[in-house]
Amino acid sequence: MSEHPIAARWRALRGGAGGRRAALIPYVTAGFPTPRVSLDALRAVVAAGADFVEVGVPFSDPLADGPTIQRSTQAALDQGMTVAGVLEQIHQAALPVPVVVMTYVNPVLAFGLERFLREAAAAGASGLLLTDFPAGADPALEATVAASPLALIRLIAPTTTGDRLARAARGASGFLYLISRLGVTGARDQVPADLAELVGRVRAASPLPVAVGFGIGTPAQARATAALADGVVVGSAIVEALGAGGTGAAERLVRELAAAVRDA
Amino acid sequence: MTAPTAGRFGPYGGRYVPETLMAALEELDRVHQAALGDPAFWAELDALLKDYVGRPTPVTETVRLAAQVGPGVIVALKREDLNHTGAHKINNTLGQALLARRMGKRRIIAETGAGQHGVATATVCARFGLECVVYMGEEDMRRQRLNVYRMELMGARVVPVTSGTRTLKDATNEALRDWVTNVTTTHYIIGSVVGPDPFPRIVRDFQAVIGREARAQALERWGRLPTTVVACVGGGSNAMGIFSAFLDDRDVALVGVEAAGEGLGSGRHAASLGRGRPGVFHGSLSYLLQDADGQVQPAHSVSAGLDYPGVGPEHAFLKDSGRVLYEAVTDRQALDAFATLSRLEGILPALESAHAVAWVLARCGEWHAGDIVLVNLSGRGDKDVAMVAELTGAAL
Repeated sequence: MSEHPIAARWRALRGGAGGRRAALIPYVTAGFPTPRVSLDALRAVVAAGADFVEVGVPFSDPLADGPTIQRSTQAALDQGMTVAGVLEQIHQAALPVPVVVMTYVNPVLAFGLERFLREAAAAGASGLLLTDFPAGADPALEATVAASPLALIRLIAPTTTGDRLARAARGASGFLYLISRLGVTGARDQVPADLAELVGRVRAASPLPVAVGFGIGTPAQARATAALADGVVVGSAIVEALGAGGTGAAERLVRELAAAVRDA
Repeated sequence: MTAPTAGRFGPYGGRYVPETLMAALEELDRVHQAALGDPAFWAELDALLKDYVGRPTPVTETVRLAAQVGPGVIVALKREDLNHTGAHKINNTLGQALLARRMGKRRIIAETGAGQHGVATATVCARFGLECVVYMGEEDMRRQRLNVYRMELMGARVVPVTSGTRTLKDATNEALRDWVTNVTTTHYIIGSVVGPDPFPRIVRDFQAVIGREARAQALERWGRLPTTVVACVGGGSNAMGIFSAFLDDRDVALVGVEAAGEGLGSGRHAASLGRGRPGVFHGSLSYLLQDADGQVQPAHSVSAGLDYPGVGPEHAFLKDSGRVLYEAVTDRQALDAFATLSRLEGILPALESAHAVAWVLARCGEWHAGDIVLVNLSGRGDKDVAMVAELTGAAL
């Protein structure tokens, strides 16, 4: 069996010239600000230095998202973006880095879980991250994802207990996504003071790489996070830049973030 | 096939929430289980229900309404409208406030549609000295201005929700976002038998007092159980409360009445069980109004409390099992029933409860002498008077 694209990417990051460096993982809402621009944006963030890309499938009731991503997913839905449309964008973008599809459980169930896993893999996606799907919530669904080519990316929160951390680590693949603080998605001013401790807890529970997200928006925050973790996820700040200044603005921000992550 | 997981009703229910909330749900489950087995917990709750809420609520036999329904038919109302704050909602908020106290949480959040659950939450927070934040859709705040003011009078902060459809569904999203952010200090008092496990069980357990009383009252008054028990279903807490005592009484027909809004064929209704299909929404798997792509569709009902595209997972299970019959009546039928009950019995029902009355009225002439029809009158209609006046063109 050949190496999973996500694992291959981490291996390349660890063994590259200049030694190990952290990955930059931008998030883009498919269909925002328009379907055409989001397709350009997927290519632009990779050209600007993304190591992985998270592609958001819009859902009408994004209860883990703050105002920026809420507005972007609503705008995408208003313009007719669908699950099939997102997979088509991933296919068309043909990105040279691994793509993780990020969404909520219901759009995937409505599309048909097995059909979704099959078509997402065929479109070129490598991972799946479901915001409202904690470890143990639905063992049958979990087993179906585990049997697919998509890595199941698990979220770990500051409130995750030791028992739950062990359980999430067992069923996870690709990497673990550490939520840096309590709350919904959205840029904040500071990197939390206890982040090093949180990352340490996750590392002690799993050999998988640890990416940190929620609240990271500036190059300084990305640099500070990259010094502690294996990957840095930036979502709302990029969505904000895309909405305000189009692909050019998003590309500039990702370039700065990529430089900061490499500099850490 | 995997074995049924705890916190499921058949395939329905579960905990589909952000990881951040899982520790709080596990803690809540433990505290709830411990409380259920603790006589001191029940002694305190029962005393509050008696002295503060005014329980037990009476069962009222209608006279003129029953005569209209059919000769020899008994039509009786379980008077949850007579509870303090005017609806059944306080049965649950009192119980959950006691759970919050056991967990040491001093900040309470809630969502509200019609405002009844918000008022019941604000009330118990005032009673126990807890901070209270209520999320309410901007559209519902307009429809229920009086309830907003009532909450504020009791010290609650009412936060307008401007996202999405600006109704109960979006208020619930916003309450969940607050909870994800403040989960270590805050308890979320969810108002119906919806949301992630253990909420559907907790809310049912605290609303079950309605059914326990009603069953005993029926045996005492008539020497037998009702033929039919009818309740309206939005999220479904008053219905689960009264049904729970009769589930094992196979001869008692149980009927849940959803809001058909402008008609089931109009696309503007709130009949999740009647016209939805299973999906994951607000933390659990249940029937859901959604489009082919899994996007949640806005519900519509003249009654803000039924204006919800989801429904409690135990109702989904009871529908599939056939134990409960789920029906729907339109806005028009509910408004007519509101007027009829007011005129014939001197009781103004909440528009939500008027749906249950309307279902009984729609079957006038189909009942048999000796039938006992027990309707859960879940709330009073004072909050709806301005709305009804607006809809019927009356000047206030």
